[in-house]
This record gives sequence, structure tokens and C-alpha cells, in this order.
Amino acid sequence: MVNKLWFFFIVVGIAVAAISGDIQSVTTTLLDSAEKGVTVAFGLISILTFWLGIMKLIEKSGLLNVLVKIMKPFAKFLFPDVPVNHPAMSAILLNMSANLLGMGSAATPLGLKAMEQLQELNQDKKTASDAMCTFLAINTSSLTIIPTTVIALRMATGSTDPTKIVGTTIIATLCSSIVAITVDRLFRKVYRGR
Amino acid sequence: MGFISILSQWAIPVMVFLVVLYSYIKGVEVFDTFVEGAKEGFQTAVKLIPFLVAMLVAIGIFRDSGAFAIITKLLSPITERVGIPSEVLPLALMRPISGSGALAMTTELMQTYGPDSMLGYIASTLQGSTDTTFYILTVYFGSIGIRRIRYAMTVGLIADAAGFIAAVIVCKLLLT
Repeated sequence: MVNKLWFFFIVVGIAVAAISGDIQSVTTTLLDSAEKGVTVAFGLISILTFWLGIMKLIEKSGLLNVLVKIMKPFAKFLFPDVPVNHPAMSAILLNMSANLLGMGSAATPLGLKAMEQLQELNQDKKTASDAMCTFLAINTSSLTIIPTTVIALRMATGSTDPTKIVGTTIIATLCSSIVAITVDRLFRKVYRGR
Repeated sequence: MGFISILSQWAIPVMVFLVVLYSYIKGVEVFDTFVEGAKEGFQTAVKLIPFLVAMLVAIGIFRDSGAFAIITKLLSPITERVGIPSEVLPLALMRPISGSGALAMTTELMQTYGPDSMLGYIASTLQGSTDTTFYILTVYFGSIGIRRIRYAMTVGLIADAAGFIAAVIVCKLLLT
């Protein structure tokens, strides 16, 4: 799917630029975006390094087991294929906790760690497992309690009540997460046979 | 309200404080352990470069060529009928594709219509309740070399659509 989408974006994009007579913008965009990709990746180094360091502490100190114990029943329901004591489960739970607190910077490295661990359990290394699909469904629907960035942005644009949207955000995010989990379950059954 | 803004300010410092304190009490060599974990940070980031460049280039070309605007124009008559303001449609389409692009659009909407307008509320709620689906799929699957992502993208996009519709309805019902 990423394959097709990537093809679609590039071919349609260049074609539209050619038709509208703005072909030189393609070259500029191409170089700018490539540079942005490298910049973003390098920007992640500091965050990744810091949070992976903190995560090691959480792992070694046994804090992880405390957290895992609390969220165990919930995770068991969502990820029936992942053994509760497997490191993948811990990483998943940590990523979800970080997302809940709106710590996007912490959530990404934890999420990548979870994917790495899930890959160990995966039979076919080139194909996504059921657990990976569920994990990404929850991640892309973004369970948030504190939308930190948005609150900051509202402050910056002169809102009289920057946190007013917290309630609506929680309701909307709950809706999208419930839909994500439900649709994921349905699709899992449909794809089972293939 | 006060509680929530205090919570968002304190969440990260408190978490770091508790983790370091708890580890120390448990007898963990805090500095050495931190460094040991941190070592992986650089490698992980560098591994992401090819995936990020590939995706950002494609999105950039698609957006700057005007193809993105055409799609928005084609969809707006349908969405308008359901009660979705056409001003927030580009944001809803951008959100799954580009995090920084969506943030820029949200900023623009709030500056044009005001953060405390209905459009401002919808844009804020939408920005906070959904995530950059394509980015997450690319980075997460890319980092471990998954090629066939099966139904993951479809589920992500359906969830985004649900979040978008929910944001519009909830804002219209609760914030007037």
C-alpha cells in the first residue's frame, strides 16, 4: 500500500505540476523535502537518545513491572498473541502511557522498541503481524489526555482559554480509538484466511 | 482547566524525577544504565533517514504541485452537505500525511479565524485527537523492514475519518 501511495504521489504530483506549467517547483520541492527528511531524522537523535536512556532505567529498576501489572488486563484483550511477560508487551504499554500523557517525543522511541520486539515474535519478517496492526491502529488514532502542542499553539495565537479544547479532544480521540480497535478486529478476521 | 495545564507542565519533569529516584533507591547504577540505553538513540535515528526522505519528497511534490488542492476542491461539496466546514477540510486531509504540514494549517486557521472561533475549536480538537498516520506507518514498519503492511493503513485512515467527524460533532455540540 505504501508502495502504491508513494508511486501515486510522485507520478500524479509531477504530472499536475507539468500541466499547470509549474514544473520548476518540482525540483525545488524535491531537494527541500529530502533535506527536511535528513533534518527531521537528525532532530530525532537528541530525543531518541534521551528517552531510550530513561527507558533503560525504567526497565532495570523494575518500574516497568509495576506499570505492566496495572494495564495487564487491558493489554491482554488487545494483544492476545503477545505473551504477557514478553518485552514487547512492556514496550507497548510504555508507548501507550507516553501517548496518553501527550509525550509524543517519548512515545516514538518506545513505539519503535515495541515494533522491534514484536518482530521477534513475527513468523514472516516481511509481513506485518496481527499484533503490529493492532498496535499501529491504536497509535495512529492517538489516545491523548493532554494535547500539549495544541494548547501551546492556542496560547501563541492569543486564545482567551487555551485549554478549552481538552474535553472535546478526549472525546474525539476516544471515538477514533474505539473505531480503530473495532475495525482492526473486523479486518483481522477477514484477513485470517489469506 | 487549571489542573490540566498544570498537569501538562509537570508530566515530563515528574516522570524523569520519579524514574531516576526510584532507580537509585532500587540500587541501579543510574548514570551507566542511562548511557547504556541512550547508545541506541543515534543508530535508530540514522536508520530512519531513507524512509523519511522517501516519504517527505513524495508528499512535498504532491502538495506543492497543486494536486492536493484539486482533491480538496473535489471533496468539499460532499463534506459541506454533512455539515463539515470546507475551511477545515484541507487540514483533515493533511493530518494523516504530514504532522508539520497539519500543524502549519492549524496555525493558519487559528490566525485567520481566531483560536476561540468554532473553526479554531474544530482545528484544535482535530489536531490533538488524531495522529500522522502515514508517518507512523512508514517509520514504525520501516524501522523493522516490514514490506506487506496488510490492512494497517486502511484501519488508520478509517480511524482518522472517525476522529475528524467526531471532532466536528463534539465541538458543535459542546462549544458554542
